[in-house]
Amino acid sequence: MEFLITNSPALIVAIPLVVAFIIPLIGRTGDKARNTFMLAAFALISFLVAILAVNIHSVGIRIYTFGATTADLAVPEHFIVPVRIIFEVDAMSMFMGIVVTTVTLAALIYSLQFLKGQPRQARFYSLMMLLYAAMMGLAFTGDMFNLFVFLEIASIAGAALAAYRTNLADAVEGGFKYIVISAISALMVLFAIGILYSEYDVLSMAAIAHFIQYTHLDMIALGLLGGAFVIKLAGVPLHMWAPDTYTVAPAGSTPMILAASYMSMYALYRVTFTIYGGFIDTTAIGWAVIIVGLLSMFVGVMMAVHQTDIKRMMAYHAISQGGYMLLGVGVGLAVLADPVALRAFGQAAMEGGIFHLINHVFYKALLFMTAEAIFLRIGTRDTNKMGGLARNMKWTAGFFIIGALAIAGIPPFNGFASKLLIYESVLKFNPVLAIIAMFVSLVTLASFAKVFYSAFTGAPMPAYKQVKEVPKSLIIGMSILAVLCIFFGLFPGLIVNNIVAPATNALINHAGYVNAVMGAVP
Amino acid sequence: MTEYIPANFPFLAAALLIGIAFYIILFRRNLIKLIMGIAMLSSGVNLFIVALGYRIGANAPIYTDVPPGPMVLSVPQALTLTSIVINVAVLALMLTMIIHTYRHTGDIDSEKSRKLKG
Repeated sequence: MEFLITNSPALIVAIPLVVAFIIPLIGRTGDKARNTFMLAAFALISFLVAILAVNIHSVGIRIYTFGATTADLAVPEHFIVPVRIIFEVDAMSMFMGIVVTTVTLAALIYSLQFLKGQPRQARFYSLMMLLYAAMMGLAFTGDMFNLFVFLEIASIAGAALAAYRTNLADAVEGGFKYIVISAISALMVLFAIGILYSEYDVLSMAAIAHFIQYTHLDMIALGLLGGAFVIKLAGVPLHMWAPDTYTVAPAGSTPMILAASYMSMYALYRVTFTIYGGFIDTTAIGWAVIIVGLLSMFVGVMMAVHQTDIKRMMAYHAISQGGYMLLGVGVGLAVLADPVALRAFGQAAMEGGIFHLINHVFYKALLFMTAEAIFLRIGTRDTNKMGGLARNMKWTAGFFIIGALAIAGIPPFNGFASKLLIYESVLKFNPVLAIIAMFVSLVTLASFAKVFYSAFTGAPMPAYKQVKEVPKSLIIGMSILAVLCIFFGLFPGLIVNNIVAPATNALINHAGYVNAVMGAVP
Repeated sequence: MTEYIPANFPFLAAALLIGIAFYIILFRRNLIKLIMGIAMLSSGVNLFIVALGYRIGANAPIYTDVPPGPMVLSVPQALTLTSIVINVAVLALMLTMIIHTYRHTGDIDSEKSRKLKG
């Protein structure tokens, strides 16, 4: 047990990597053996994530140094900077880890019967595990270069998953767009890493944050990093890829690619708060984040209203909801240097933004899954061709209602809890921003009401009289997320106090992150 | 000979490569040319990083029988090597996707082969 707690950060990334390459081998003996092996391995990984989460909850921050005599020996004797590869896990990393693990669990179960009877399933699960490993690596890494490496692994796995249905022309196009924008943004990140390395001769984030001088070169690096992560998290005006990629990604992989885009949002927070947030006034950076958030909220929802493709509409809503997170955390970033304002509303705004991240990933994953379930049964994503589906697909319709009410911010679902937190705190910062956020929420509700009426209600269309409910594993996968949506909506205080507030404090606690690695340096 | 080459020559070359690459990526519609642009972008970034660790007239960072004098910094070389390997994988994946696109649409023009709109 002691061994598992100590080495869990490394094992959580290493086991899925190994499993990803064993899956095709075991897949040769049969689908059943492969699925059992994969679920057993993922249960083990989830267990490790759980014990690490409990551990982080009590100790606050942990580092894991690869190849050192003890895991917490970041700076070896006779050295003044960390030279080894370091994983640094704080409450914010763990928060992202919990989000990703839950979504992956639901997505894997969902995909089991979705793909039944289709060829090349082993490759699908292999890519899913690869994407999971990359996302956990992104969450845990304490080192800029590994950030780049995991970003690239996530891009390759995500693009291959999006283009998995190579028999469809649009799937290949969506995957191709994703890999192109990922490659460009990853190279921008690499260039920025080169600039930072040339100045400070270190790659560890904590060490860069310790030595940073805030020169003009640093600001160029920040611009490159910020631009790259905004592309990857699909913030307007760099969002063009997201609707195409989310629309075509098959089965349970859409929620995974969605989660991967929020890992880029995490990387943006990590860079702005941890590396640059130490001693300079971050007001301008905060306002830049707020403006991207506002644009995403507004443009995303306006584009969503007139879409007829159900997944494309949800993808535009994903962009719009991403704006809420950026708005909340951007307000916190703008007042980071002002302790009074930070305590009065900045911290609450950040909590709202971060809480909205976990809520959004859960309900949007649920919505994407219902859309894929409809596509599985009737073979189209066009809402004009759907009608009366609620009669035969009762579970799917129920899950769609839960997701739609949650995204529109209706109590008692989880979207309400986090949006209320954002409205209240942003109102104290700048009332105009809060009013725009509320208006966007109303349009969201209207848009989902329209889709629900056209797809699920009314007389069943003659062509879909024989449509059956989706298989059990799809319902189980969706119900995991639906239950969490309701649970988070009923007990928001419990969730905010136990996982969201520690994550917010970890982001603000710049010195804690730096000292965990650089502690021994005078 | 080497002293006639300005020390920042590699950086100028990297900037030129990155500039041309961005021009190709933004303004060319042929998908193969787009991929060539990304390959040039990665070469430019790799050249930038490897040039950071280079010292004119320095030795290779191999510690056995090394002659006295300054040594080239080895970390950027390790980074570049990793980045080259990753980029090979990315480019290969892109090319396979273009083959599929060509099979479906009979075109590799980014406007004509487009299915997803709105």
